Amino acid sequence: MTFSPELEARFADLLTHYPPGRQRGALVPMLMYAQDEVGAVTPELMAELAKRLDVSVLQVDEVVGYYSMLHKKPQGKTHVQICTNVACMLRGGAELYDHACKKLGIGHKQTQASGVFSLEEVECIGACSWAPAIQLNYTFHHEVTTDKLDQLLEGLQ
Amino acid sequence: MSNMVKLTINETAVEAPAGTLLIDAAKLAGIEIPAFCYYEGMSLQAACRMCLVEIEKAPKLMAACVVPVAEGMIVRTESPAVVKARKTTLEFLLTNHPLDCPVCDKGGECELQDMVFKYGAGESRFTEVKQHVPEKQWSPVVFYDGPRCILCYRCVRVCNEGMGVGALGIVNRGVAAEIAPSHGDHLECDECGSCIDICPVGALTSGAYRYKTRPWEMEHVGTICTHCSNGCKTTLGVRNNEIVRGNNRDRSGVNGEFLCVKGRYAFDFNHHPERLQTPLLRVNGKLEEVSWSRALQAVVEKFKAGGKAGVVGSTRIANEEAYLLQKFARTVLKTNNIDHHRSGDVVTLLDSLSGKTATLGTADDCYNAKAVLIVGADLSQQQPFLANQIRANHRHHKAGIYVATPGAVREDKIAKASARTADGNWLPAVESMAEKLKGEKELLVLFGDSVKGEGVRKLVAFGESLGIPVKYICLVDYANSRGAMDMGLLPDLGPGYHAVEGAPGLTLPQMMAATDLDLLWVVGANPLARHTLASSKAFVVVQDLFLTETAQRADVVLPAASAYEKNGTVTNVCGQVQRLKRGVETVGAKTDLNIIGLIARGMGVNLGKVDADAVFAEIQKTVRGYNVPLPVIVTGGAAQTMPVNGRVPSTVLPELIQSSRDTLFTTGTLTRYSKILNEVMEAPGGLYR
Repeated sequence: MTFSPELEARFADLLTHYPPGRQRGALVPMLMYAQDEVGAVTPELMAELAKRLDVSVLQVDEVVGYYSMLHKKPQGKTHVQICTNVACMLRGGAELYDHACKKLGIGHKQTQASGVFSLEEVECIGACSWAPAIQLNYTFHHEVTTDKLDQLLEGLQ
Repeated sequence: MSNMVKLTINETAVEAPAGTLLIDAAKLAGIEIPAFCYYEGMSLQAACRMCLVEIEKAPKLMAACVVPVAEGMIVRTESPAVVKARKTTLEFLLTNHPLDCPVCDKGGECELQDMVFKYGAGESRFTEVKQHVPEKQWSPVVFYDGPRCILCYRCVRVCNEGMGVGALGIVNRGVAAEIAPSHGDHLECDECGSCIDICPVGALTSGAYRYKTRPWEMEHVGTICTHCSNGCKTTLGVRNNEIVRGNNRDRSGVNGEFLCVKGRYAFDFNHHPERLQTPLLRVNGKLEEVSWSRALQAVVEKFKAGGKAGVVGSTRIANEEAYLLQKFARTVLKTNNIDHHRSGDVVTLLDSLSGKTATLGTADDCYNAKAVLIVGADLSQQQPFLANQIRANHRHHKAGIYVATPGAVREDKIAKASARTADGNWLPAVESMAEKLKGEKELLVLFGDSVKGEGVRKLVAFGESLGIPVKYICLVDYANSRGAMDMGLLPDLGPGYHAVEGAPGLTLPQMMAATDLDLLWVVGANPLARHTLASSKAFVVVQDLFLTETAQRADVVLPAASAYEKNGTVTNVCGQVQRLKRGVETVGAKTDLNIIGLIARGMGVNLGKVDADAVFAEIQKTVRGYNVPLPVIVTGGAAQTMPVNGRVPSTVLPELIQSSRDTLFTTGTLTRYSKILNEVMEAPGGLYR
């Protein structure tokens, strides 16, 4: 499996950040960057990184299954993550999530047929001070209301 | 001792070496701290929260499995706070755990059941519907029932660390977390079943045993596995005269709880439909079922008639049977034409070590030696228990592992140095490691059949040249390969490696090639699988469990009992004598000892009292090295035979020594009749490394 020269360069640099013999520590960032390029954590991608880091495919699978940011299936162009943990829930996170479900016509961990949006109800994303918080791809949005969510999503159609 | 730490557990003063984990210190003092994830010998997990204890001055309950003892520590393991915490932990563990104990294989010997029984989590505050996922089958022997799993990681660790296979992992998180096999939907592994054995609940179940019985309805019979030479204790679970399970949860043998696929599952040959139950006699060219008396009469007549006789013994019959067989051959048939399938050059090793002491390695040495050198053997395939000992030695003691083998082996991963040998020429590979080996404090050398004859002497000379204490283990193939040699199933050596009276007899290939052989008596062996019998006039008597290639040529076939159907002793690859204990009764077969005794009686000769204990008493008296303490054996222990210390006057060509190169999934005739071994996709071995 081959990656873009930019990604290869990024991988090469990443591996220097870990002490000798502990390169496997780079697995999580490698998976994340590769997912951005490939579109999903495919079986080929897992096998490739397993080979590069001298771990078993099963060990890669353990990591992929653990982190909610890693996906085995392609996400929408914009991946909408809405927190419904306690702080967000108290400030309307659950309503926000229900609203998003209706608006996008999809549920938890689903992707629109058009491939534009995918939706996920997530646990705490560390933005409790500005609850309810959502994440659109890597961008955080704070104190989101249903109106604000509509505006954000329409801007991304 | 200065490095002892004093502490108080449950108002009792306890002393433990510094660095001891609290859970172990409590155990030393006879106080049980319950735990699911903690497992002696494995890495620490601290996942299950069952071992929480109260430590004075600590702000909250601590996990005893990861807290080392400290001076003056005051610990309470059953205080109200602790008991409440455990009860809550159990309530959590039971949120999705199905309460299907009445049909669960584990019911009755389940650690979760025991804990709930003790601490009680009789009520649950959860009103949600239990999460359920269907059961999965990962291989013919391994099934996984996710909802029962408590995610203690024991199976993951035993596979990774214990077996060095790493076929199990945990995928997903939270309530969706579950154990996953190496290849998506199935396992490719040793199929050893250690994961099932170690599972504290009924999440991992065995294809051979599941839904067959309740644990308390079995009799448990500790005997020795009849497959490879490692001599693992396997405790047979017997129900209605059928073996339904093999394990060693009580850690009673040399092997602790270790068993490979053969020890754990390959008892099923015993109930194979093709087991011989009736004697067969060749009448008008065809083998016909006859009565024992008629078959024995035919044998007696031929034996009395005399002529040139050859006797082939077995590598899996008991010591008593091997001893009596050679005694019969030498005193009644008056021949030294007696041999067996030899798979390791123990004879030359004993001779080369003549005059030296403490030079024969044991299974314990595999675990304790500071360094181990493996020459020409794929241990994890051929000697699974010794390989396990060596892996544990590396894991616990950081032993230096050195490998000189023809192909890649599992031990390469943990080796300080690995070298490949070509064309059986192992010496350059071994010599290339000499400098490194000289830096070790001591060395244990295990060698396979490529080292034989002069090779053994060269290896011993190499060991001498290192200037460190060196011990040796000569690897052999089968359950009683070592015993067969010790008992004198050899044309030139009698019991205890004494030179025979008179001229040495014919070797196995010579017997096969002799055109004038009148009589061939084969006990528990299948020489015609590899050789052809040149003498067309030979009257062939075969004692075996199955109608092997040799039995098909026989004139009389006498159905023999398996090792699981007899009492006696066997000697493992390291020279440890252990007791076979009868687990099931035979239907029509008789033990080889019994058969030999009946033939002797028919001929009117007196071989002394023919029962296993009496013959063993004779062996103790007459066979060099076998004067071992009887109580050790009788109580199910392993007694080390004394090494023969003196020259061994062998005349036999080492070329005859040939290992079968078995894998984890094969050992000669018996495993051909094991349904389970033939079902696993890894069979016959070598599918993966």
